[in-house]
Amino acid sequence: MEDVKQLETTTAAPEPDIQDFVYDPHEERMLLNFGPSHPATHGTLRLMMELDGEIVIKCQPDLGFLHHGFEKLGEYRSYNQVVTITDRMNYLSPMNNNFAYILAVEELFDFEITKRAQYFRVILAELSRIMDHLVNVSTQAMDLGAFTVILYLFRERENIYNLFELLTGTRLTISYARLGGFARDRDIPDEFFPQLKRFVSGFPNTLDDVDNLLSHNKIWLNRTKGVGIIEKEDGINYGITGPCLRCSGIPLDLRVSQPYSSYEDFDFDIPIGETGDTYDRYLVRMEEMKQSVRIIQQAANNFPEGEISADSDSKVTLPAKDEVYGSIEGLIHQFEIIMENRGTQAPKGESYVATEAPNGELGFFVISNQGRGPYRFRVRPPSFYNYQILPKLIEGGLLSDVVAVLSSLNIIAGELDR
Amino acid sequence: MASNLELIDKVKSEFSNSVLETANQFDQAAVSVKREDVAEVLQFLRDDPETDFDFLIDVCGVDYLEMGGIERYAIVYQLYSLKHSHRLRIKAYVPENDLKIDTVSHLWPAAEWAEREVYDMYGIEFNNHPDMRRILNPDDFEGFALRKDFPVEGIGYREDYEKIERATGQEEAGN
Repeated sequence: MEDVKQLETTTAAPEPDIQDFVYDPHEERMLLNFGPSHPATHGTLRLMMELDGEIVIKCQPDLGFLHHGFEKLGEYRSYNQVVTITDRMNYLSPMNNNFAYILAVEELFDFEITKRAQYFRVILAELSRIMDHLVNVSTQAMDLGAFTVILYLFRERENIYNLFELLTGTRLTISYARLGGFARDRDIPDEFFPQLKRFVSGFPNTLDDVDNLLSHNKIWLNRTKGVGIIEKEDGINYGITGPCLRCSGIPLDLRVSQPYSSYEDFDFDIPIGETGDTYDRYLVRMEEMKQSVRIIQQAANNFPEGEISADSDSKVTLPAKDEVYGSIEGLIHQFEIIMENRGTQAPKGESYVATEAPNGELGFFVISNQGRGPYRFRVRPPSFYNYQILPKLIEGGLLSDVVAVLSSLNIIAGELDR
Repeated sequence: MASNLELIDKVKSEFSNSVLETANQFDQAAVSVKREDVAEVLQFLRDDPETDFDFLIDVCGVDYLEMGGIERYAIVYQLYSLKHSHRLRIKAYVPENDLKIDTVSHLWPAAEWAEREVYDMYGIEFNNHPDMRRILNPDDFEGFALRKDFPVEGIGYREDYEKIERATGQEEAGN
């Protein structure tokens, strides 16, 4: 322990983010502290910038303001309890996080998931993706002064929230995934599919409205075109994934390249950009929402019959609630899974499963030591890797472009800092 | 697209002296290498056209204190190839008495923050890293949070707070 302490004192400088800047009063450079509580950061992001007039000379992000220690907490919970932690990482699309985590754990247990559950997960994940992109596009427009867009898009987001509320009883942190299936009763409410159909039929019209408002708007074009260009090589070297990589013309989508949860059954396109600027990122996200609608339609039309939960004899999947309250076997089954010191133990092993979340590759690396919960619970957050390129994108540009680039990267502080 | 076994064999044949163990569990290929060679192995895997791992997806640390293993700590690198869309996991064990490993941030800039996070959480220092300091925790944070011997409730933060004794119900009624 002693040598560790010594190591810490030699490397940690007292205020390193400010020391790195050279303050030069004759050239009238100034330091600007941007955030952590600034309306345009949409969270708790902090940037230290050195400015020459309006030009950003140097920028250094400072993170950790929303650090919760989720990875540490995950090591002290059972497999099903960790689901509630994953909700709070990317709170704009909680279902994608639930989904990615549960896939990694199901790999450990070597589960066979029913086709019905796979399709239902796809529907919910695509709804979540739309929700995430809606917030991103609308807040991006709001940051650049186009306030109308948020009014149109948040109305649609409300519809999706209503769908999730119908299913789970909650709107933001839904915690809906469980090992082998879903939380609560196994049946999908009867009203769900008619309501989904109404949403899906009305939603493309709203997208067209927003498209009319923004895509050919002179001010929008001037603020976004040619701003914050991500080159192909940079995107790969910095580990950028998701729409931020696809905007520079690389068609990487894990739903296609490494299909999981029956994504191979659906027919959809991967939209890619040409230049990799902020405008392309906006276009890619708009098109992705349309493709998500296509996937939802296909999944809902071909929705398989049968059980939604995996075989409950496996002693891993929670039994249905009427079984728990109606039969002694069901009650014992529930007890064995829920109680401390019991619970189902995964075999020893390590599993990394990556999924395509709205921001990019969201992967969970779960190590099992035959316990009730993970021995090590590592998240590969897309925001963390996408954020790293920000200084490169904004250095040499105008201060006003910082807001445009930052919001187009869609950095979620909960996921960035965990 | 090379299969998992082909990838493992490739690493084994190129670096026969540095491969410690291999695994192909859950259809995921994993290779453990000696920590002195990890940068060299990763560079080979990136540049070789057959493997072509152009993405460094993730770098994370693991503390194997309660699990047993070759050494206490391990650094895990997740690789992905855009062209072949295959994956490989490279692991390098770090002994407890010498917490040092070579950086790979000169190969992938993506590793820069990820390695800072490993240092922040486990105290493992990366040689030749451009900016080796804490990233998520504050600079004056003591200890390394993701080590297994670090308590989940933290160390010492609550000791500084003044303890406020709550008045009992009777005293409140008397006042």
